[in-house]
Amino acid sequence: MDTKLRAILPDHDLLKMYEQMVLCREFEESCAEQYTKGHITGFLHLYSGQEAVAVGSTRALHKDDYILSAYREHAQAIVRGAEPKRVMAELFGKATGLCKGKGGSMHLFDPDLSFMGGYAIVGGQFPIAVGLAFAAKFRQEGRIAACFFGDGAVNQGNFHEGLNWARLWELPVLFVCENNLYGIGTEVHRSSALADIHKRTCGYEVPSTQVDGMDVMAVYQAIKYAAEWVREHNSAYLVEAMTYRFRGHSMADPGKYRSAAELELWKSRDPLPNFGKRLIEEEIAGQTQLDAIRKEAVAVVQEAVRFAEESPWPEDAEVYNDIYV
Amino acid sequence: MPEITYRDALNLALKEEMRRDPSVVTWGEDVAFYEGSFKVTRGLLAEFGEGRVKDTPISENTIVGVAIGAAMGGLRPVAELMTVNFALLAMDQIINHMTKIRYMFGGQVNLPMVIRAPGGGGSQLAAQHSQSLETFFMHAPGMYVAVPATPADAKGLLKSAIRDNNPVMFLEHELLYNSKGEVSDDPELLVPFGKCEIKRPGKDVTIVAYSRMTILALAAAEELAKENIACEVVDLRTLAPLDTETFVQSVKKTGRAVVVEECWRTCGLGAEIATRIYDHCFDSLLSPVQRVSGLDVPMPYSRKLEKLCIPQVEDIIGAVKEVLSEKY
Repeated sequence: MDTKLRAILPDHDLLKMYEQMVLCREFEESCAEQYTKGHITGFLHLYSGQEAVAVGSTRALHKDDYILSAYREHAQAIVRGAEPKRVMAELFGKATGLCKGKGGSMHLFDPDLSFMGGYAIVGGQFPIAVGLAFAAKFRQEGRIAACFFGDGAVNQGNFHEGLNWARLWELPVLFVCENNLYGIGTEVHRSSALADIHKRTCGYEVPSTQVDGMDVMAVYQAIKYAAEWVREHNSAYLVEAMTYRFRGHSMADPGKYRSAAELELWKSRDPLPNFGKRLIEEEIAGQTQLDAIRKEAVAVVQEAVRFAEESPWPEDAEVYNDIYV
Repeated sequence: MPEITYRDALNLALKEEMRRDPSVVTWGEDVAFYEGSFKVTRGLLAEFGEGRVKDTPISENTIVGVAIGAAMGGLRPVAELMTVNFALLAMDQIINHMTKIRYMFGGQVNLPMVIRAPGGGGSQLAAQHSQSLETFFMHAPGMYVAVPATPADAKGLLKSAIRDNNPVMFLEHELLYNSKGEVSDDPELLVPFGKCEIKRPGKDVTIVAYSRMTILALAAAEELAKENIACEVVDLRTLAPLDTETFVQSVKKTGRAVVVEECWRTCGLGAEIATRIYDHCFDSLLSPVQRVSGLDVPMPYSRKLEKLCIPQVEDIIGAVKEVLSEKY
């Protein structure tokens, strides 16, 4: 890429983005360890490899724009501002968790951050995002709804209903497809008649673009443009970020449907070292500073684990709370 | 008090609440320009405009999901499903999302929303348009379920539903839309959720019913009165919350109970009501609880066959006589 990083964002923001990507990676790898130890149970879907999407996107959105995601959403929540220790406590099922231990890994939520949830029914978040965009427009709040989903979700009726509806009612919805090439073990070419997902919006006249989801600055720029377009036109836009998860679908998946060569190819495109390298090349940071950032992230995650371990379990009486107002 | 139809009572509730609260919005298939397939939304577009009264694509799951999002975003949406049969296309948003969101997110968000859905059988609409799915909704914790029988309750319950901060499944009966009754024009008169009403007092038998079955139960009670049998008709009004206390007290008094349900018998809500009666009234019961239910068949079209599948007044009369003749 020709453009220098400094021409896009100030040093402080660039370093913050690197820090966020490193924190997410450390957090996810720690989750894997805690799962192996039996501290985290149930389903656990890790984001390692996809960090550039959450970090680049979040930086490009306004703080009060709604964000909705699927079940691989720890990083989305943390980048938006959720405390790692409260996310970890949620994964441990503890009372101090983001959702009091009632949601777990797949259902993080924080309305104060406009982080409107992780949803675990594939494509379930589409109509909810459209509804939030309706409310935002109705109340003239100037915010948009950013709806993240995987490549597996685009063959759900909800995807098509949501695109049609957002376009029809002229609602500010930014659809962001994190195309990591696999719906569990089914490669996108084996589930989508048209595997170029961004092209599938043409039936609704919803503009779209594809971006390198392993390049945090490319994601930032694409989402920045798209989000402003959505805000300005009060209409929908779709960004397809081409990315890759380094781990299996969940901790239960060894990922044997992918070749070692393919994994190696994508690991060579790992957004963390590549972005770090650019920061050094463009003299925004030195290796010592990047090492310090990593060290700090490790400490934050260790503290999160300690907090989760030491936190109390929910009281039994809590089981009946929160069903009704 | 003026006498108006069940349809107009619902219409009045919508108008009053939309006048009262600008965050109340409504949408569904054909609700705006066509004014509703059952005309419940008549006049709303003219009064409140296209910003608040909206036609939607035929996308039921999204009709409900958009309401969920709008409720999360600070509005009070009333989504209409053209018939309850189409709620089955929206069960993902209703059950997997609407009833779960508050709980699984640790109580951090409320969903003040209503789904209105006409339903019930008896109009010869055959298997796909005649279902009584109330038990499906009652089964899932996380939503309220209203089943009004009279115009007054239709108005008062819908107003409560719109003002409530919980999601409400509001089940209207298609055969009741033209029924008439006295309805208050006091815009602050609400009917509370979770409160049965004794629609007719009596000492011999308790009939527990809801929606159109209440109307049939009242007709049966009227007939039975001619034979000096005094039936107490308890109208559930809401299936969730379920006011167990009121029908239990009634059965303790009468010692006999008939439960009338339009839905399929197997796992029907009558089984739940009967169980609660056994749990609380075992020592007061003079005979086993009788259930009058829809038949366990897909609804046939033919008028002659359809009638067999839906409880009739004579079925209720028969059950009351049975419960009076039986003894433990």
